[in-house]
Amino acid sequence: MSAPNSDYDPVEVTPLRADEVERMRDEALAAIAAADSIEALKQAKIEHVGDRSPLALANREIGALPPQARKEAGQRVGQARGAVNQALTRRTDEVEAEEFERKLAAEAVDVTLPIDREPVGARHPLTTIQDHVSDIFVAMGWEIAEGPEVEAEWLNFDALNLGPDHPARTMMDTFWVTPESAAMVLRTHTSPVQARTMLTRTPPIYIACPGRVFRTDEPDATHAPVFHQVEGLAIDEGLSMAHLKGTLDHLARAIYGADITTRFRPSYFPFTEPSAEVDLLCYVCHNDSAQVADCPTCRGEGWVEWGGCGVVNPRVLIACGVDPERYSGFAFGMGLDRTITSRYDIADLRDLWDGDIRFTEPFGIGL
Amino acid sequence: MKVPVSWLRELTSLPSSVSTEELAARLTAFDLKLEEIIGGRITGPLVVGRVLTAEPEPQKNGKTINWCRVDVGPEHNEPATEDVPAGRGIVCGAHNFGPGDLVVVSLPGTFLPAMGFEIGSRKTYGHVSDGMICSTAELGLPGDASGILVLEPGSAEPGADAVELLGLNQETLDLEVNPDRGYAWSMRGVARDTALAFGLPFEDPADIAVPEAEAEAYPVVVEDAAACPVFTTLRVSGFDPTRPTPAVIARRLVQAGMRSISLAVDVSNYVMLELGQPNHAYDAAKLKGPIRVRRAAAGERLTTLDDIDRALDPQDLLICDDDGPVGLAGVMGAARVEIDDATTDIVIEAAHFDRATIARASRRHRLSSEAARRFERGVDPTLQVRAARRVAELLVEHGGGQVEPGLTVVGEVDTRREVVLPVDLPRRIAGVESIDTDAAVRALEGNACEVRVDGESLVVVPPPWRFDINDPYDVVEEVLRVVGYDQVPSVLPQASGGRGLTRAQELRRRVGYALAGDGLVEVKTFPFAGPADFDRLGLGSDDERRRQVLLENPLSAEEPGLTTTLLTGLLRSASLNVGRGHDDVAISEVGRVFRPRSGAPAAPIYGVDRRPTPEELAVLDAALPDQPLTASWVLLGDRERGGWDGPGRPVAWADAVAVARRLADVLHVEVSVEAASLAPFHPGRCAALVLDGRVVGHAGELHPKVAEAYGLPPRAVAGEVDLDALLAAAPEIGPRPDFSAFPVAKEDLAFIVESTVPAGALQQALAEASPLIESVRLFDLYTGEPVPQGHVSLAFNVRLRADDHTLTEDEIAGARAAAVQLAADRFGATLR
Repeated sequence: MSAPNSDYDPVEVTPLRADEVERMRDEALAAIAAADSIEALKQAKIEHVGDRSPLALANREIGALPPQARKEAGQRVGQARGAVNQALTRRTDEVEAEEFERKLAAEAVDVTLPIDREPVGARHPLTTIQDHVSDIFVAMGWEIAEGPEVEAEWLNFDALNLGPDHPARTMMDTFWVTPESAAMVLRTHTSPVQARTMLTRTPPIYIACPGRVFRTDEPDATHAPVFHQVEGLAIDEGLSMAHLKGTLDHLARAIYGADITTRFRPSYFPFTEPSAEVDLLCYVCHNDSAQVADCPTCRGEGWVEWGGCGVVNPRVLIACGVDPERYSGFAFGMGLDRTITSRYDIADLRDLWDGDIRFTEPFGIGL
Repeated sequence: MKVPVSWLRELTSLPSSVSTEELAARLTAFDLKLEEIIGGRITGPLVVGRVLTAEPEPQKNGKTINWCRVDVGPEHNEPATEDVPAGRGIVCGAHNFGPGDLVVVSLPGTFLPAMGFEIGSRKTYGHVSDGMICSTAELGLPGDASGILVLEPGSAEPGADAVELLGLNQETLDLEVNPDRGYAWSMRGVARDTALAFGLPFEDPADIAVPEAEAEAYPVVVEDAAACPVFTTLRVSGFDPTRPTPAVIARRLVQAGMRSISLAVDVSNYVMLELGQPNHAYDAAKLKGPIRVRRAAAGERLTTLDDIDRALDPQDLLICDDDGPVGLAGVMGAARVEIDDATTDIVIEAAHFDRATIARASRRHRLSSEAARRFERGVDPTLQVRAARRVAELLVEHGGGQVEPGLTVVGEVDTRREVVLPVDLPRRIAGVESIDTDAAVRALEGNACEVRVDGESLVVVPPPWRFDINDPYDVVEEVLRVVGYDQVPSVLPQASGGRGLTRAQELRRRVGYALAGDGLVEVKTFPFAGPADFDRLGLGSDDERRRQVLLENPLSAEEPGLTTTLLTGLLRSASLNVGRGHDDVAISEVGRVFRPRSGAPAAPIYGVDRRPTPEELAVLDAALPDQPLTASWVLLGDRERGGWDGPGRPVAWADAVAVARRLADVLHVEVSVEAASLAPFHPGRCAALVLDGRVVGHAGELHPKVAEAYGLPPRAVAGEVDLDALLAAAPEIGPRPDFSAFPVAKEDLAFIVESTVPAGALQQALAEASPLIESVRLFDLYTGEPVPQGHVSLAFNVRLRADDHTLTEDEIAGARAAAVQLAADRFGATLR
């Protein structure tokens, strides 16, 4: 049929028949629209767009038409084929998208399945609280100082105005290193770090010393032979009890919240004079008259004991080479273990030391 | 110090409007901290009753109760009926009383603090019990708690108020006295502080007139005047030892926590409580020759009043007579010369002893006594004669006889000293603006100091009993105590600008996060250990880690010293976790271990009047044991648990080494691994961790016997590394990134080597075979056919790249050949 048509009969030639071209186009469009898979589309393409499709055959006939008839016929068939191709492209996109969606839908999983194969680590709260408190001091422009845990007797006691017969020495329940004549102890407080700092640096000094300390307490629900402290020391010109109070108020707010204040009660420590116990406004009941009576944390006191503090005794300054005529300073210390047990309502101190992973795990990597 | 409140009120003019709670609060603010208020809170009808009938009724539970009718006085009695006389029906479980006895009855509505609840009328054992017959314990009285308190016949009438009768309305303040306030171990001292706290005038109970003496009372020889600066004796004769202790003295002693024993002993103790001067009453008939105060001789022994035979130390100070020691001076006497119920002639001793001498003796003999506690903390050294006089007068007042005119006084103490300070020091150091000179002077005079303003200075002479006022700052504390600690304002000081955390501190945190990131749970353990721990770890008898820093006073004999490896604690913790049902455990600890330094000297004790020199400080540090910060870890069970998406992966030796490698990585230090064989590890599965040619730790599988000893599942692994060594090696800044954008060439090389060739070493060598080799990674390890016996196939991904051009085929082939050649030369490797 591709040969020139010598028997030209305009009526008999398909491209000249608009109704016929329309029919072929509509059949093609219907077939494409009906195709709902790539496979069906392929078939529709072969039947209605391929070389043997009615529209392709009609198109071929155009060449045989006399020039005056070609234009109209060409336009008619071309438009029809264009519409079919367009429909095919569009439908192909649609079907491909649908098939992709179906594939994805088939890949759906149960996202509620537990994902727990990787071990999850955690840091001990006594570690993280030391970091936390250290950060508060660093933010104030203080530095963090450290020292040995087995310490010279002289630094743990004598340098801190705790002479050999001082009654407070026996109150410290000290672990002594064998032989006693070696004059070494497990440090009973982190105060020797303060002494070491004064001995090796010149004022102004603003340091905090977090760390592990030791007392000969049998472990029970409220005692442990090892516990943690943070102590602070400031040596500068013109420091007073008021600066101590300001520092402790700041620390209390940073740890326990903006509305927590402190109060002083007179006390005695050989290394400070005047000395005070510092209490925290109860961070549970806030000494609120409606709640304080039943408060389990302060037991109706409205205040909880926090630590000891005072103005550094000039005798300590002298032993550590600081001129007491020029400088004064203050020092304070508080236990961190109790901060953890009271804030997290942990009844038995031994939980901190048993090493049961369920104790540490809930703390994750930060408090 | 237990302070009977009525006694304190008697010694001060405290208005009765001041409640006990208010009094306690003010004393607490005055450095006499209230521990608790004891007694005095009984309310409601607590009355004397006479038991009319007591019928024993056996019960099903095996007990026998007494169904009693008790006459509790007309005011409280139920009227008589046909069956019973007027009284109340009360069920009582005790049996130490009977009809006719006088007892104490708490009627319904009575609150007994010792019981903690209000007594009610209740139905029990088939009767309505209309109250309770009280025991001493239920009344909060000291003494025998086993039965009902039965009163002396005729001592009261039924219906009488038992609170008043027994002095149960007496309150006692239990005050915590800090060691610098020795004077507050007396009513005299507490009363003075009370008067000062409330701004009241004070009359000193120690203002006792002592008549001139013409003769000796009892001869005394003091051989050691430094240890015993003052010793006085006074005599009472014609004393009647059968006379009872007055009720008020007995009650006050009991309130103060002591026992009432006999008139003479009670008076001695009473004066100690009142004035703070410990004293002793001897039976003059039992003393042989003069009293001698001397140090103990070698080998000497003494049986103290607590019936303990003590070997004496040559440093112990003794009170002796011709027959030997009669007491450990200032601490405790001996039975041989004590007064008894036949004593009529009494020698009273009141002495002053050196505080340190008494403190050491008390500590040496682990013997604390009321006397030692006071001498240790400081007793007024001018008080002895007056205190002895007070004892003598009270003995005569209550026991008859007369005070002999003689008085022996050996020695004298001059305590007068001046403390000079700038007048503005209290204001400056306290930081309280309102403290002016007047306020300071008033506060100090209230503390019985002599005060003088001398230009810009304050000259303070503390009273003889204030051992705590020696320095200018001590004066500041006394002033602030009176002004009030609550007056101190809050001022945040401006620190001078810190440098933040040190590098080591930062890196330590990084290590903590890395361990947690590796799935390890941090635990904390006590650093105590002993031979049994080292046995369980399988350490050889000559293992260095058996050499511990030992403690004089360890908590447990099994753990006599500090640990040398964190694994002692960590494996115990692992064991606890397994015991508590955890199948998969991964734990770590970062802490110090302790290693004695061979031949280290004792730590010197320097003076405190100056800073030690740097050389002296170095000597001090050299005495301390090594105490490096160490990281340790234990893993067992599955490293990765089994689940719906795959099987579990059991922990293997490599996981222990991986932790060490991770730590090295995060610190940017190069740690290499070598085969090692060391307890507590499996001899063939132990890696030594090597840093700069030095072994800094080990990791690997635990020896099967160690795992078994700790009750751990097989194949548990562990590791430990000297963290201080890693931290010291960490560079100031990490490595700079160094990579090329030119294309990579990938070559795979599989070698057959003898099984003894360490794969790590081969990999390391390949990486260094050519500068073009960027990285080498072992991706397969294979044994079995066709690899010959005793050999292993190791397959590596080798990546090659140049910094400045695309590699040519020849370059790649050259580098590959170099690697193959090197492997062959160094390790006998053949290309597979």
